[in-house]
Parts: sequence; structure tokens; C-alpha cells
Amino acid sequence: MSLTEAPPAPPTGPGEPKLRKPSTRKRLVPYWLLLPGILWLVVFFALPLVYQASTSVQTGSLEKGFEVTWHVQTYADALRDYYPQFIRSLLYAGTATVLCLLLGYPLAYLIAFKAGRWRNLVLVLVIAPFFTSFLIRTLAWKTILADGGAVVDVLGTLHVLDVTSWLGWTENNRVLATPMAVVCGLTYNFLPFMILPLYTSLERIDGRLHEAAGDLYATPATTFRKVTFPLSMPGVVSGTLLTFIPASGDYVNAELLGSTDTKMVGSVIQSQFLRVLDYPTAAALSFILMAVVLLMVTVYIRRSGTEDLV
Amino acid sequence: MPVLRWIRRNLVVLAGLLTLAYMILPNAVVMVFSFNKPKGRFNYAWRQFSLDAWKDPCGVADLCGSLSLSLQIAFWATLGATALGTMIAFALVRYRFRARGTINSLIFLPMAMPEVVMAASLLTLFLNMGAQLGFWTILIAHIMFCLSFVVTAVKARVMSMDPRLEEAARDLYAGPVQTFVRVTLPIAAPGIAAGALLAFALSFDDFIITNFNAGSTVTFPMFVWGSAQRGTPVQINVIGTAMFVIAVAVVLAGQLMANRRKSNAGK
Repeated sequence: MSLTEAPPAPPTGPGEPKLRKPSTRKRLVPYWLLLPGILWLVVFFALPLVYQASTSVQTGSLEKGFEVTWHVQTYADALRDYYPQFIRSLLYAGTATVLCLLLGYPLAYLIAFKAGRWRNLVLVLVIAPFFTSFLIRTLAWKTILADGGAVVDVLGTLHVLDVTSWLGWTENNRVLATPMAVVCGLTYNFLPFMILPLYTSLERIDGRLHEAAGDLYATPATTFRKVTFPLSMPGVVSGTLLTFIPASGDYVNAELLGSTDTKMVGSVIQSQFLRVLDYPTAAALSFILMAVVLLMVTVYIRRSGTEDLV
Repeated sequence: MPVLRWIRRNLVVLAGLLTLAYMILPNAVVMVFSFNKPKGRFNYAWRQFSLDAWKDPCGVADLCGSLSLSLQIAFWATLGATALGTMIAFALVRYRFRARGTINSLIFLPMAMPEVVMAASLLTLFLNMGAQLGFWTILIAHIMFCLSFVVTAVKARVMSMDPRLEEAARDLYAGPVQTFVRVTLPIAAPGIAAGALLAFALSFDDFIITNFNAGSTVTFPMFVWGSAQRGTPVQINVIGTAMFVIAVAVVLAGQLMANRRKSNAGK
């Protein structure tokens, strides 16, 4: 029996024998269910993108008004002026994503296989920080990474800061207002988005597969490499996407923990839109960001071979 | 060395716990500094234990106003997004129709787009329409970006539902309404609840989209953002701590209830 013939949901009429051919009214049910939500997305998500596309090829000023002049040059100008912020955004977001994967995987693994009866508690602890406003938590990093704070002292004593300063991640024995602080904040803020999908896909793995691998004389490392990790790929892919995409457009971490040298493209879009009021440039920048991210996501999904994910 | 061997054997657990500590650390700092009595405007250095901020959480101008505004917006956004999203999820799982692919991408795209892009494009729409930025534009935006997450959460649950249960209900002469209310809805409820909870958290915490589309209206995240420049009052830590504690309590209570139900069902 196919699902099409099982209209469970809305009250469409009196109970009919299910073998009768669905009436027109019944065939319309899915469309009625979809209509309000899809309309909302079309009007407030898709249509705005069209407006933005049109804004990006306008010229003019706030006083005289803007007009569509197909001035594509805006894109080139925006790229020329702000490519450092673009590259920085992708770099920071990429680094944060890799760090999230490295940090998140053991925790997701711990919850899925090792936590036992503590599993729910650990899961709660992963989700709970969500509920303290993320801005408040990001501000807390200011306290943690403050000059002369414990973290900076320890890193300084261990000469880690010398290395990171040499790499250009930190400056003169301080962490705050450096790339390292921004990446730390990004990693922190998007970590749950990595852990939860990882956990979901790890949890689906049948524990007997591990036993089987062990029975076949695979070392724990080989088991992980040949069995666990490949089976967790859907989680890895959706986790990296859920981390990378929002991180690449974020400006909160760069603004709160960074300096003018660590500005990301989100900050530029924000200030162009809300402070400079140069709408065409802002629209062009945000379009380029969207295009770059969508392109990278598509290539990534193709390459990792999990197209059915979407 | 036995210690080293122990560390090697429990490497995953140790690494996981370290990550957990990294995740909880800021919450702990927020909690500790909610009992601070700072000198001057900035609450970044520990000075003296005090309960002042806890006694008077609304003692800062506009703080509780922005908090109540955020709660209202989150409430209505959750209601709107959950209703619309649940309907979409049911339509997508239970029916085959044309344009399913298009609709699936339309649902996926808002989640696959940097927030700042959505925020900026929505602002261009509102500017073009000459809309007055404020409560309503924020609400519209929040329902928009919460919708996809609700659909995903509800879809996952509805997909794993056994359609035979509904068939059985119909075989037992339950009408469509009765089947829906007595069978379908209770089974889908955890998915709908998860979607609603997610929508509430996302809406309450959203800064980027709100920042673009709020005009001069100040929600709680925007208040925090603004105060970061002026110097954060201790009360912000109090509210952050309270949110954390309430959330943990609610989730734990839910778990306890679920456990009890499970053990009752086992009897």
C-alpha cells in the first residue's frame, strides 16, 4: 500500500473506504498543507533575494534614490576593496570548522558509545549552553582570554604564545583582539552544530560492527579508520556544513573578540548596509558571499558523495 | 607506566571531556561573574562577591523591557513556525506530488545560507516596500528562518512513524479527525516539540537577522550587543545564568518524566 493513499492528517471529510479513488479535494490536501509555509518562504526568503539582486546593480545615493542601471562594476569594486575580508572569512571559518571536527568528534563518540547511563546528562550539557544567549557567552571569552588572565599566563609560560605570535595568530603576548581569539570564539559558538549531527550518525552505527571488526583482528585504530569513520560520514558532512556556512557569514565573533585587523566579510556587509547606507555595494558583497558559499557547499557535497543528504 | 597506559586507553573519553569543559567554561564564567561587584562599567575582572545584581535583575534601564520583547517575539515566532512547519513536514512525508524537489530545496536553502545574506536581503525587501521596521518585521524574519528547522525536526519524526498504526485506527472505525488527534498527533508530538523548542531557542537568541530588521527596536541580544560597547552590566550575567539553569532544569525534568513513563510502560 502506498503512502499516497493514506491521507492521515487533516480532516478532509467523513471516513471513506480506502480503496476508493482519491477525490480531487483529497488530492489537493498536500497543496493546502504546503501553501501557507511555502508562501511565507517565497515572500520573505526567495523574493528578498531577487530584490537584493536588483539592488546590487543599482546606482544612486540615499538622497537622490537608487535606480537600476545594470552597473555590474559594483561587483568588481566590492571584490577589489574587500577581498582581504573575504579571504579572511573563509580562512577563519575553515579553521574553525576543522577545529570543531577535531574537538567535536571525540565528544560525539563519547556520547554515542562510552557514556552509558550518563549519555542523557552529557547531551543536556552539550545543548544547555545554547540557552544562555550566545552573545553573553561570547563576551565571557573576553574575560577568559583577557590580558594577564589565566589562559594567557599559561600559554605564555609554555611559550605557546611565542609560536603563535610567530605564525601571526597572536600579537605580543596577548590573545584578545587577534585572529586566535576570533577563531576560538567561532569554534566555540559553532561546536554544538558539529557535535549533534556527528552524534546522530554515530549513534546509528550498530555496535556489533565494532565487535566484528575486533573479531577479524582489526586494532581499535583500524576499526575506527575502516568502520566507524566511514559510517559517520553523513554526520561529518552535515556537521561541517552547519559549522562552515554560518561561520563564514558571522561578524559577531570578529567584532567582539577581534580587532580592525580581523574583520570578516559579515562586518563589512553590516556596516555598508546599516551605517554607510551604500546599499548596492552591500548587496553585491552579500551576493558574492552567497555564491561562494553555495559553490563550495555544492562541490563539497559532490566530492563527499552524500548528495542524498540534501 | 600505568598512568600513561590508562591515559592511552581512555584517550577518547579524556578528549571528549576536555571538549565538554571548553563548551561549559563560558557558562561557568558567566555564572561566577554574576556574583561580582565590578568597579566602573566593565565586568571583566573579578573584584568582590555580591548579590546586588541578583536582588535587582531589572535594575538596568531597558534590560527587562528588551527581555520581555524577545520572549514575546520568540513565543509568536515559535507558534507560527511550528504550525507552518508541521504542515509542510506532513505534506512532504505523506504525499507524493509534483514540485516536491523544488520545495525540498526551498526548505533547505535558508539553512544553507549565511545568516547575514538572508538578513541583508530581507532588509532590501522591507526598504523597497517602505515597511516600518520593528516588532512585525522581526517576527516575520524569525518565522522565516525558524521554519526550515521545524520542518526538518518534524519530518524526521514523521518519517519514522509506522503508517500501519493509522491504518489500524481506521480499521477500528476511527474517523480521519479521530485518527489524527488520537494516533497521528501523539506519535508526532516529540518531533513537533523538538521543532518548537529549537525555534524558540533560535528566535530568542538571534542577533544577526534581528540586527538588520529591527529598526530602533531593541531585543535582548541587541541589548547585550549594545552594552558590550558601553560596558556590560552584571545583570546580563544574572539573566544568562538564570536562562542556563532554567533550561537545564526543564530538560532534566523532561528526561525524568520520559524515564518514568518508560519504566511504567515496562511494568
